[in-house]
Amino acid sequence: MARALITIPASARRGEIIEIKALVAHEMETGFRRTQYGVVIPRNIITQFVCTYNGVEIFSADFHPAISANPYVAFSTIATESGTIACSWAGDNGYSHTESVAISVG
Amino acid sequence: MKPDGTKQTTRREFLLAAGGIVAGIAIEPAMAATPIGASRTIAGVAATLQAIRKVVGEAPVNKGKVTLDLPELVDNGNAVPLTVRVDSPMTPADYVKAIHVFTQKNPLPDVATFRLGARAGRAVVATRMRLADTQTVIAICELSDGTFWSGTADVVVTLAACLEEL
Amino acid sequence: MNSRSAALRTCFGLLRSSSGALFAAVLAVFSATAQSAGTSVPAGRHSGYDSMSRQTRAMQDDDAANPGMLWVLDGEALWNRKTGSAGRSCSDCHGDARASMKGVAARYPAFNATRARPVNLEQRINLCRTDQQKAPPLAFESRELLALTAYVGRQSRGLPVEITVDARTQPFFEAGREAFNRRQGQLNLSCVQCHDDNEGKRLAGNLIPQAHPNGYPLYRLEWQGVGSLQRRLRNCLTGIRAQTPVFGADELVDLELFLMWRARGMSIETPAVRP
Repeated sequence: MARALITIPASARRGEIIEIKALVAHEMETGFRRTQYGVVIPRNIITQFVCTYNGVEIFSADFHPAISANPYVAFSTIATESGTIACSWAGDNGYSHTESVAISVG
Repeated sequence: MKPDGTKQTTRREFLLAAGGIVAGIAIEPAMAATPIGASRTIAGVAATLQAIRKVVGEAPVNKGKVTLDLPELVDNGNAVPLTVRVDSPMTPADYVKAIHVFTQKNPLPDVATFRLGARAGRAVVATRMRLADTQTVIAICELSDGTFWSGTADVVVTLAACLEEL
Repeated sequence: MNSRSAALRTCFGLLRSSSGALFAAVLAVFSATAQSAGTSVPAGRHSGYDSMSRQTRAMQDDDAANPGMLWVLDGEALWNRKTGSAGRSCSDCHGDARASMKGVAARYPAFNATRARPVNLEQRINLCRTDQQKAPPLAFESRELLALTAYVGRQSRGLPVEITVDARTQPFFEAGREAFNRRQGQLNLSCVQCHDDNEGKRLAGNLIPQAHPNGYPLYRLEWQGVGSLQRRLRNCLTGIRAQTPVFGADELVDLELFLMWRARGMSIETPAVRP
């Protein structure tokens, strides 16, 4: 079950700095672990995170294996207008997931 | 003396050799503190420097403006909450373009890169990272004027005590 | 991480060798302690939450950052999904879980008339699945069962653990208490010796908690995922080199019942975060 959670304030004033928290379910297998038989478990991580605000990119991140499983990132942006905040994750093995939330700016 | 017979580089010798590129950043030589029988990959000094160079190029890295909030003793190395703050007005004229996080004793030196911009309002980013061993975590930020600034934090990491089923 | 498991195996090797200094030290600590009997409710009870760093506590407190919430969200979806040959969802009978499941997790394990013994929350969910939804039971530690249990548990967050030991549950409670007090495994340790007598001290760098199960299912950083109390208990037993009962075994549910009684009055923290 692909599950992501984006948390933003319920509403914001124009010009206010708001915090965006993005959490996604993913094992972030580092590629450095071995099974009990000594066989390397192949790397399988999210490598890219992009956040857009009404289609304009406001934040992005590159993740490496050192980012924990079920990756979490919190950042901020200035609330400019109502609309959609969309978060996209992409990674190994063609992984891709997008989640959107509505933002209400008054 | 290292096990292979070569001399262990002292911190002072290393910093002199690295020149001004990473002034003020505490990069320790890779210590031979691996448990008996373990074979663990460590990024090491050279790889960490190379990773930093890839980001900053030939530009000097100044010490300051960047603070890392990390626990001094981690509860578990699998998920260590990290918050990086950069002292910046975040105006269109003066803002943080990117924050890069590095380690020396993880298998790889790169942790993450966060790209901000003036629209961020605040230069604060939080995440959770993996730490394989007690070490220093380094964050380098790139400002809109092209300068680089760094901060570090030392973290102690212990391993889980009890053996579990795999 | 391979370094971690290699170090663990090494640590363990030291424990097993009679000449290992660590083994001798552990033995010295535990031999000196008289075997505790009785109620095993430590004076000054506190949750494992209190022993964590500020940053890890913040991870638990913030639903936006708590990775266990990913399982809770999955559980919410499952709660509303029709399943089984009866084509029923949990919500068809139980409505809004926020109301109907409030306080439920705080009372489990609870006596079940059909089974004539206490069952834990996971088993209760599966009984609903087989008897009411006419669906196959969910496997223990499956993502679905953990998600549903976490979702139901979340509805009791902040409420006090409320376990009643009555005529029906008494024998099972006693069995659980006996298991808690019993030395077992190759290391010949009882739960009491770590979690009552040496709680707050460190075992190879890690803090020994009082071991209250008030946050299960929880996100354990060591597991990098959510797991049940029984998973934790089986790992403890592995740690002392004792035989591990299968998931769902009566012995484990009896021990769960005792542990929840031992934690009575403490707040449910599901989904908790623990090292």
